[in-house]
Amino acid sequence: MDQPAGQSDFRLRLQAALADTDARARLDGLARLAQSRLGVVETIQLDRALVRSATDSVDGYARVRLAVLSTNTIDHLLPAIRVAGLRYKLRLDVFSGSFGQYRQELLDPASPLLQFRPDLILLSLSARQATSGVPIASTAEDVEQALARAIEELRELWRHARSTFNATVIQQSYLDVSEPLFGSYDRLVPAAPSRLIARLNDLLAHAATQENVMLLDVAHASTRDGIDAWFDVARWLQGKMEIAPQAAPHYGELVARLIGAQRGKSRKCLVLDLDDTLWGGAVGDVGTAGIILGEGSAQGEAHLALQRYAKLLKDRGVILAVCSKNEHALAEAAFREHPEMVLRCPDVAAFVANWNDKVENLKDIAERLNIGLDSLVFVDDNPVERARVREGLPMVAVPELPNDPALFVRCIADAGYFEAVSFTADDLRRGEHYATDAERQALRGVSQSADDFLRGLEMSITYGPIEPVDLARATQLINKTNQFNTTTRRYSVDEIARFVAAPENLMLQFRLADRFGDNGLVSVMILRPADDDADALEIDSWVMSCRVFGRQLENEAMNIAVEAARGRGIRVLRAEYIPTERNGVVSGLFKGLGFAAVPGTEPSGASRWILNTAEYLTPPTFITRRAPRR
Amino acid sequence: MTDPDLLTVFTRILRDLLGDDSIVLAMSTRRNDVDGWDSLMYVTFIVAIELELKIKYRVADVESFETVGDIVTEARTLLG
Repeated sequence: MDQPAGQSDFRLRLQAALADTDARARLDGLARLAQSRLGVVETIQLDRALVRSATDSVDGYARVRLAVLSTNTIDHLLPAIRVAGLRYKLRLDVFSGSFGQYRQELLDPASPLLQFRPDLILLSLSARQATSGVPIASTAEDVEQALARAIEELRELWRHARSTFNATVIQQSYLDVSEPLFGSYDRLVPAAPSRLIARLNDLLAHAATQENVMLLDVAHASTRDGIDAWFDVARWLQGKMEIAPQAAPHYGELVARLIGAQRGKSRKCLVLDLDDTLWGGAVGDVGTAGIILGEGSAQGEAHLALQRYAKLLKDRGVILAVCSKNEHALAEAAFREHPEMVLRCPDVAAFVANWNDKVENLKDIAERLNIGLDSLVFVDDNPVERARVREGLPMVAVPELPNDPALFVRCIADAGYFEAVSFTADDLRRGEHYATDAERQALRGVSQSADDFLRGLEMSITYGPIEPVDLARATQLINKTNQFNTTTRRYSVDEIARFVAAPENLMLQFRLADRFGDNGLVSVMILRPADDDADALEIDSWVMSCRVFGRQLENEAMNIAVEAARGRGIRVLRAEYIPTERNGVVSGLFKGLGFAAVPGTEPSGASRWILNTAEYLTPPTFITRRAPRR
Repeated sequence: MTDPDLLTVFTRILRDLLGDDSIVLAMSTRRNDVDGWDSLMYVTFIVAIELELKIKYRVADVESFETVGDIVTEARTLLG
């Protein structure tokens, strides 16, 4: 190796990435470096390169301002947060609060935080303050009261953070760095340090749910990794670091992952290989009866554990797909006939088994499911297939599986591909939708024409204003939708709640059902008054789930929106299309709906559109209206 | 590991941490002699050494080190 003395290999790779003159290519290069497992020193090096190469805005990387406020030293965590952001295509500007000044920074009217204008405020607090002063002899009731006071104070800070800074709050759970006092008996003593912290975290989670605060669960991460991986008493004594520097890369990843989830960067679909992944052995060689799966064999149970985990993911709304080099009939037979299979054909939304290149098959799966390739996680035991997919489709997540199937689940779970910030009724219904989609496709096959198919679906729409009960799902849809999204503006649940509360806004939600099932809340339209024209409404955002493309829902939704606008005496609807890498499907939307183009294109490629509501010709659709929800 | 070996390792680590290839550590170097070597970077430097050499300095020692030579000597002792 002819590298200069004192220069590590990593620095040479960094320099190569930085040498690119194009800002996007430079960030992409740094993001690729961020994908590997980074140590403490490498994280700091990569962060320096990132900060140094910073330019104002780079296509494809969302800029997010994050303030971290703490009772402790946190400066050593900031590089890792910025670096992890790259993995989620986020450019994080991080404001670091002064040691122990979190209250003043939030409450002081002259706080530098005001100038920073945070999008997100992360509160990283030590349990010491909240639990100190609770005597060991306290009764359970005393403990409850003391902790409730601490949580009440937090709630006020959260509300203040929202009202003053208009920011989304992330609250970190309390790390338990306490030592046992009695031993096992600690768990029976209400005021034992570990009990106080456990109870505090329970109360915190409850309060966070009520206040729509996002939870960063470092407490859980530390129980998984062991507290020694997170806390080092030497660093606490030396620099009041409650999270040790060696935990910084993991901490940064958890922070960025959570922000990524809020911004719709989480993956949506788990694509599974079959032979030696979902079961042991090659079904083509040994037949359904010969595969290693299920009780009685340790390896068989390991494969079963992966199936069970996949099933749990499916039950919480992750889409499952199969991508295998096999005879299709043979592979499906194993799903139908093997008695130990946990996953069955209806669990799999796209089943691809053939001898084609897996890169092409993954493209086919994404197309069939109508989701982006960057929504896929590809799980395959074969390193050659993994390398091929990484090379051909860098946007697909490909976990580097350990060579022991026993460790597959842990590997997939720890990567956090499917991080979520909500769990809605629509997540529960997603599996049902894909299970019934085969029937829809069958109907399409026997239909004489597109109209016949749409008529045969017997579709009905339920619609109305967004109600408080719809907030979580509406926000999820706004933040997760990349394709049918006219402006790709992301809003927190608080912001949506504020829009809903303002009667001048027209906040519409649409649910589509057909004879095969209910698709749930699949479209949201946000219309807000124009600044300069009292008779005009602007379509600030319009999103629609990819599950219902091509069903005329956009026409019926616009019919409803125009009627509602007319009812308010609105003469003009304005709209904007802001192109991204992913929303080409709506580039011709407004033209198709009868809007006229406003001359002039903005530098970003955005176009503006206008519709005179009196001239709108309501196109007929095959969708029947149900009574608006009250 | 000899003292010069350790100095080479320490120099590489500090260069990587501070992004400064002009740094050359000697046994007599003090923190003030190196631009940007603040207290946070001092702790980070100690952490990086501990992770690389798989040793653990005593808190009291870290507090009393005056020169790079002190850190090197203690590392040699801990490495045994």
